Order: sequence, then C-alpha cells, then structure tokens
Amino acid sequence: MTQFLQQMVNGIVLGATYGLIALGYTMVYGIIQLINFAHGEIFMVGAFAGLFTFARLPTALQTRPLLALPLVIVSAVVVSVTTSLLVERLAYRPLRRASRLAPLITAIGVSIALQELVRLFYPLPDGRLGAKSPVSFPRLVNGPPVDLGGVTIARVSLFVVAVAIVLMLGLQAFVRTTRTGKAMRATAQDPDTAKLMGIDTDKIIVITFAIGAALAGIAGVMQGMRFVQIDFRIGFIAGLKAFTAAVLGGIGNITGAVLGGFVLGIVEVMATQYVPKGSQWKDVWAFVVLIAVLVFRPSGLLGERVATRA
Amino acid sequence: MHRRRFWRISVLVAVAALLLAACGSNKGEGSSTGTTTAKTNTVKIGVIAPLSGSLSALGQGIKNSVDLAIKQANDKNKVKGWKIELAAEDDTAKADVGAQVASKLESDTAVAGVVGTLNSSVALQVQPILARANVVMVSPANTGIELTQGTDPANKKRPYPNYFRVATTDAIQGPFAANYASKDLNAKNVVTIHDKKTYGQGLVAEFTKQLVKNGGKVVAAETINPGDQDFSAVLTKIKPLNADLIYYGGEYPEAQLLTSQAKAQGIKAPLMGGDGIFDKTYIQTAKEASEGDLCTSVGAPTDELASASDFVAAYKAAGYKDDFSAYGAYSYDAANVIIDALAKVLSGKAALTPALKQDIITAVQGTKLDGVTGKLGFDEFGDTTTKVLTVYKVTQQEWKAVKTDEFK
Repeated sequence: MTQFLQQMVNGIVLGATYGLIALGYTMVYGIIQLINFAHGEIFMVGAFAGLFTFARLPTALQTRPLLALPLVIVSAVVVSVTTSLLVERLAYRPLRRASRLAPLITAIGVSIALQELVRLFYPLPDGRLGAKSPVSFPRLVNGPPVDLGGVTIARVSLFVVAVAIVLMLGLQAFVRTTRTGKAMRATAQDPDTAKLMGIDTDKIIVITFAIGAALAGIAGVMQGMRFVQIDFRIGFIAGLKAFTAAVLGGIGNITGAVLGGFVLGIVEVMATQYVPKGSQWKDVWAFVVLIAVLVFRPSGLLGERVATRA
Repeated sequence: MHRRRFWRISVLVAVAALLLAACGSNKGEGSSTGTTTAKTNTVKIGVIAPLSGSLSALGQGIKNSVDLAIKQANDKNKVKGWKIELAAEDDTAKADVGAQVASKLESDTAVAGVVGTLNSSVALQVQPILARANVVMVSPANTGIELTQGTDPANKKRPYPNYFRVATTDAIQGPFAANYASKDLNAKNVVTIHDKKTYGQGLVAEFTKQLVKNGGKVVAAETINPGDQDFSAVLTKIKPLNADLIYYGGEYPEAQLLTSQAKAQGIKAPLMGGDGIFDKTYIQTAKEASEGDLCTSVGAPTDELASASDFVAAYKAAGYKDDFSAYGAYSYDAANVIIDALAKVLSGKAALTPALKQDIITAVQGTKLDGVTGKLGFDEFGDTTTKVLTVYKVTQQEWKAVKTDEFK
C-alpha cells in the first residue's frame, strides 16, 4: 500500500510538470488552432534563463534560496515570454492566413533553431559560450524529504506540485472571470465575430502566447531544481509528453490539459510498477491509454466536439 | 508594406549570415592543423566521437588525445614524406549521425584511418561504411561484443576485417564487475537497470550471467530511457527489494540522476556501472549521493601507470581546454597504432592508393607496440590482447582505483 501511495506521489509530481507545459499547447491551439511545437523549447529557454540569473547573483543572495528563487523565476518568465512573443511576431503572425501546415512546419523549425541557439551561444556561468553538455542547476529548495508514514516526498517536489496547482487554478479563474479571459474565450469560439465585436484579436493572441510561455518558464525552473541539471534537449521530451497530455485531456480545454498531465504521469508510473516489464514499456502504455481514450472519445477526456475549421 | 517586408527579410538574412560567420570562426579555432604544406603529402586520421551533447566530455578527450599523437608524430616526422592531419567529426552519440559523418570520411580519399567511436551503437553503423573504403578503424572505447565477434556467440565470426579496438569488451567488463560484486562486495541480491542501448544492454547481460554463476541473484531487471530525467517510479518499485547493489548499464548523464534520486528515496545500495559512468561529471552532478558508488574501466588507471606519465604531462603541456577523460590514453594509443601502420606502409610512397589502405589494415593487425595503457596487440577478431581492468570507487568525491586485475 505504501508503495502504491509512493508511486501515486511520483505520478502526481511528474504529471504536475506535464500539465503546466500542456497548458501552453492547449491555450494556443484553442485560439489559433496551431500546435506550437516550439513550446517545449520555451520551457527549456526558461530553465536556462533562470540559471543565467542565478549564476550572476551575488553570493549573499545565492546562499539565500528564498530571496534568490523569486528572482530566478521572474527572469525565467521574462525571457520565456519575450522569446515566445518574438516567435509569434516573426514566425507565426506572418503565416496567420496561410494554410495550417505552414505554421506547423514553421513551429518545428523554430524549435530546432531555439535548441541550436542555446547549444551554441548560451553564456555558461564560467564564461564559455554554448551549453553543449548538461549544465548543473542550483537546488534552491533544500531540506530533508518529508516522510508521511513511509511515503517520502522531496521538498522540491512538494513545492513543484503546490506551485503548479496554484498556477492552474489561477489561470482557470483568469479565463472564467476577467474581461480579457472573456475576450480569449470569444476569440477561441470565433475569431472573426470576436473582431466584429470590437475585440483586438491580435492582442488576445499575444496575451495567450505570453501566458503559456510564463507557465512554461516557471515549469522550466521547477524541472531544473528537481533534477539539478538542465540540457538543451530537455524541451523535446517534455514538449512531446505535454503535447500528449494536452491531446489526452482534450486539446483546447484548459482543465483537460491539467487532467491529461496528471493521468499521463500516473499511468507511466503505475505501468512501471504493476505491469511486467513495465519500465521497458512505460511510454508504450502511456500511448496505449492515449489511443484508447481517442478511440472512445475522439476529442479527448474533456474536449468538446468542434467542427474543424477550413 | 512590401518595402517593409523586404527590409525585415534583409535584417534576418544579415543576422543569419553573422551567426554562420561566428560558427565558422569557432570551428577554425578548434581544429589543430591549418597550415598548408608545400612538398609533403597529406594523409588524414579521422576521429568520430561525440564532440557535443551530454557525452562531449568523453568525446573531447578522445579528439584532443588523437590530436596530441598526430602532433608528436609530425614533429618527429614518423611517416617520412607525409604530414598527418586530423579530421574530427561529431557523431553527437547518435548512430544515424555517426553514419553520416562516416560517409563523409569515407568519401575523403586522404583519410587512411579513423579513431572512434565512443558508443558501440554508433560503431555498428560506422563499421560497414568505413569497411567499403578499406579505412582502418580503431576504437578506444567500444565494448559491444558483436562488433568483433558477430551476433552468434556459439559461432564467433568477425564481421569487418578493418575494425580493431584497444578497449576490452562487455564480455570481459561485465563478468569482471560481477566477480567484484560477489567476491569483494559480497553482494547477493542485485537489481540491474540499463538504458536499452547496445552498450548498456550488453553490459548488463554479461554481468547477469557471471553473477548467477557466482551464486548471486538478480532480484529485478529494469530499464530506463536515455534522455529521461525522472526515475522515481522505477526506484520506488525496487526500494522494498533491499538489494545489496544496483548494477547500471549506461552512461553518466542518466546514471548521475539515477543515483541522486535513489539516495533521495532512501535506497542505501551503491550504484555500480561500467566505463560509461567513469567521468568527473558523474560526481560533480550527483555530489554526496555518488559517495561509495563503483565503476569498472578498461586498463589500469592512467594516472598511476608509469608508461602514461609522459602522456599525461604532454597532454597538460598542450593546454587543451578539456580533460583527457576516461578514454584519452586509449585514444592516444589507438592513434599511435594507426600512425605506426602508416609509418610502415606509407614511408617513401608518393600517393595513398586503395591497395595501400589494405596494407595499412594488415599492418594494424600485426601491431606490436608498447602503448601508454600497456602492450598493444590484436587477436584474430580485432580485440585487444590485453585484458586488464580496474574497479573505481567514489571516495571523498573522487574516483579512486580500488582494484586492478587481469581478467582470466
């Protein structure tokens, strides 16, 4: 039983990161029907920006994680959002009226470009250029793991889950209650009509990209803190898993992305534990679940049936 | 509107051109040989190793050590009438990239030999390509058995006559580790984990065979994915088994996370791996969690070998940015094996013909040299005839040699 609970905890921690990144995929898709494959790289850029700031803080701050952490997170968010907005402006907006394949391929190109930029030009803490091999990341949230009747939870994991849940709830509230949120929903439903109603849809699209990027940037710092190392390739796998989570939950649906993240994380972990040869096939099981869900609910767990746009 | 777009595109093009220029100049600095030679002929020795990516610490050590051997050979004019150049290619530790760069070296008729690869999985793709052009290949690090003995252990058959290695195979490294585990560590119950790559899987398979022969037991055989970072699920699963040892087949980028997360979950058993985890980075990342972890590596420790002290000193004097790392001494030896063959075959010849490339392979097969890692020579499969290995243990945040022995 302890073991089941421990695996549940592992799954929830894993799922929280998936969910946080999945939100960016799902929001952008909801508004402009673009699978933003560069989103995983925004997450990676956030992690590297956090490290950049941390490495250049005075020692007095570096040794006080509670003061350093907010600075690290803020810088990650700023850089992630800036990168994402530049990508939107330079790569996606010129293609807004093009066929849907064009921005999709562009997104893949942007993803490769961002990876290579970090690989070749990231200024390492020791002054060299290019993060060609994994770079170590500060732990920031220290202390012994919490023990709940045999179930151990690392402090940093607790922090990750707490932050993820707060952000997810905050986003829900934002989209449900604020004027901007309402405008976002209107743009998602029908961009042309929304425009006729006086909504500046370009601005709404920018805001959507920004929110997704901010969440991804925070997720990047969380990832770095948990594994104490980051690499220019972390965005690829994380992005793939988060995209799967978004589809699983119903792409375009915010609650769905969060749910999808947790389901995916828990399935992976439970497959490792309870299926023979599970650790070898954990990703296979994750995709079996995805396919099963899509067979019975083609639009995902919480997705609604939407007519495809031309 | 049109003009604005044109302006924007020009800016983009300008930025792209600048970036390309920057890349180009970087490369120029990296390669060692640049000056042209007027009278002498040029022959190239290629390197195929991961020069970027997570295994670049090992790859750079390989490249620099080969570079050092070439420089010394040129200074001493070992191959009369010929100047040796280095042609280093980055395989990024991926088999498909390895095949691409191998084709590039194959098509360069000046390439007479290649030192590489690091990964057995990459070597599998590189072997047939270099074999087509009769280019001799000497690996400093490949341990996969099938590279020299084919896929059928009952009926050993050498797949490519141009392939040699100065590293010992998994067939020796795995059992050597198993003997240490059963006899020196008294480990009865062992969990094995590997990363599904040729190297890791082979290592674990050979380790398991010998462990069972020694009366030990594999209580769980797990796998992970290369590139994964979260191993909590696998570790939670194996924790209640209370194993004496975790044997990991794979490389340090995953191993260092695995050991950190294992210790964080309260697993006391040390992690033991092969030469793939034998790197400083492992300790630098895992910090205290790595204390007491073990690994095996081929040969005797480079720093302690009397024959290696000249190499270590020369390497330091050359001022390379990166450490010579786990395979430096082997790469240096591998390069010297090729240079020795070149000296025998090419001295006084005017051009490198395909027939001479065949002679070079024959010369490598007959190698008898005193290398920095020990006696260099090859058996009928192209495997090294020296079978010395060392067990290292993380002691006070450093890899310390605890046992050097010849495997019989």
